[in-house]
Amino acid sequence: MIPLLIYVAIFVVSYLVFTKLIPHAARSDYTSLKTVTFGDESAVTPNRAASVISILTLFLLWGMFTGSALLPKFLHMPGPFEGTATFEYTAQLPDGDRDTATVTVLVHPVDEEATEPEVEPGEGWAKNDSATIGVWRSGLIRVDRNDEFGRGEGAEIVAVNGTPIAPGGEVEIEYGRVGMSPKGTLNFEPAKGWQMEPIWLPAPEDVVARVVEIAREGFRGSTLWEHLGYSLFRVVVGFFFGALVGIPLGYAMGLSDWFRGWFDPIVEFMRPVPPLALIPLVIIWAGIGETGKIILLFLAALWIMAIAARSGVSGVKISKVHAAYSLGASKSQIMRFVIVPNSLPEIFTGARVAMGVCWGTVVAAELVAAEKGAGMMIMVASKFQNTDIVIMGIILIGIIGFGIDILMRWAERLLVPWKGKG
Amino acid sequence: MTGLAIENLSMRFELPNGGSVQALKDVSLNLSQGELMSVLGPSGCGKTTLLNIVAGFLAPTEGQIVMNGHTVTGPDAERGMVFQQGALFEWMSVRENVGFGPRMKGMPRNDMDETVDYLLDVVGLQDFKEKAVYELSGGMQQRVALARCLANDPDVILMDEPLGALDALTREKMQSLVLKLWKETGKTIILITHSVEEALLLGERLLVMAPRPGRIHKEYRLPFADLGVGQDLREVKKHPDFAVKREEILGMIWDMEEEIMGRTEASA
Repeated sequence: MIPLLIYVAIFVVSYLVFTKLIPHAARSDYTSLKTVTFGDESAVTPNRAASVISILTLFLLWGMFTGSALLPKFLHMPGPFEGTATFEYTAQLPDGDRDTATVTVLVHPVDEEATEPEVEPGEGWAKNDSATIGVWRSGLIRVDRNDEFGRGEGAEIVAVNGTPIAPGGEVEIEYGRVGMSPKGTLNFEPAKGWQMEPIWLPAPEDVVARVVEIAREGFRGSTLWEHLGYSLFRVVVGFFFGALVGIPLGYAMGLSDWFRGWFDPIVEFMRPVPPLALIPLVIIWAGIGETGKIILLFLAALWIMAIAARSGVSGVKISKVHAAYSLGASKSQIMRFVIVPNSLPEIFTGARVAMGVCWGTVVAAELVAAEKGAGMMIMVASKFQNTDIVIMGIILIGIIGFGIDILMRWAERLLVPWKGKG
Repeated sequence: MTGLAIENLSMRFELPNGGSVQALKDVSLNLSQGELMSVLGPSGCGKTTLLNIVAGFLAPTEGQIVMNGHTVTGPDAERGMVFQQGALFEWMSVRENVGFGPRMKGMPRNDMDETVDYLLDVVGLQDFKEKAVYELSGGMQQRVALARCLANDPDVILMDEPLGALDALTREKMQSLVLKLWKETGKTIILITHSVEEALLLGERLLVMAPRPGRIHKEYRLPFADLGVGQDLREVKKHPDFAVKREEILGMIWDMEEEIMGRTEASA
């Protein structure tokens, strides 16, 4: 809730600052002269300042709530309590006699050894106690164990820091929260602050450090590049075979009644089946090795490519075909010089979609079962609560997916510059 | 014999609902080599169907087309076609578009380049040779289409409203170009148009068609095309006969449209 509020606040404040306070850098393009911009889609261009602030804000929030060393201390959200906490408890005997003692708790980082602080037993029949508790953890403290009259003698704890407490109740103290179990044992939970525990969300620099570490040392017997390379290799091979079969199939469907009739039911049925739903069947048939994964990606790409090629062929303007015939072209020349180039833009669009779907499918397939691969990496890491590896994996998967799309768009611009110009 | 004979052409389309449309009924006419005929008529009179049959894209239900002594059974390079727009190959440069026909025939590279250069000069696009066709304006694109058609050296050029999508000024320039090419090349041309002025200006012969069923309503022989060669077309339009003919034909087509409207209203 708090991160969301901060996020919204940064959004609003930066919006106001950048649009109202800072005078507009005079735009000199045509749009700057438009008086009607609200509702004119072409007048809306992404504000680069907003994009930069948006990304910085995400990292800022991430750093603030993880106590990142990259941020100055004053930006950190209150961290968990660490150090020595004390509170008093009041015990009462059946005859109404009360005594008070102090509990000293050393709250220490989880990965450090800690010894219980030494304390004087103190006056009275209730003796002072000490305990250790890890940061972000909580612990039961049997404070009556060293008392002259313990639970066995009918003593019960009635107050913490002077505030009455009963089984099931709790008292807020300066260092956190003291609760009481139904049996009457005190349970101390040091204040957790607002920061995330690293096992839920590690700080950005920890993730970066993990990337460096895994890039250098590898993960589970393979280097990082091997893991990512395997995923990419599967996608490329699966997509290649999908396109190799799918494009001719789509052409045949676009050019022949019989092919259209024969394959239409199959293609139309298979297209809406999510490739992920095929994973179990593919595992049964082909196992969890490379073959199974490539078959799955082949199937993911096949229908998309077939449909793209089919609509590329059907989309050819009849006047172009007529023109080519009356210029003396034969059927094979029409195919080569008119139908194929005319369908290329559609095929490229299909290829972009297919690559995206394949990338998503390969990660999912690796989550299910794999020896190597980006999906396997984050799945195994999650089982060991290695959240930093999981986050690293997600970011790398995102970057690669984005990279594939950029690459396909670039290839499209280069190879089919006539797209949408017909 | 040379020339084009359209013999008793009828065309009947079966509709999916069981009915049928008589698009053409008993259309006959002869064109000698080098004649330019414009075809005019209200929408639905079968102009485009007629052209598609002559081009060989459609087979008539009755009758036949005889071209230079043989019956037309399909599209062929002897009958070139210029479409309204969007029939250029946008994946090819201007040069490749114009050279398409020769290339399909397997013409040697040098001859092809020579033909292309010559025709680009004729249509005034030499400077745009290596441009992509989608970078050109509408008028330029139609000039490419004309050049592409001529590069194949067809006997007959069929034009399906080739200037229909152009603005008035460009259209006038293109009309002059069509006349010039017609005179220089001596091609037989059939030109379909919606514009009465264009039909009068370009048509050595002018065919007015009537709808339902599509048939020849009236045929004119006009002097304006010959006058227009090498002369400003605006001068031709000042010819006293031009305005008379224009009014006459406009009235004729107007009446046909009225009749169609009346009929649909009566049946509705």
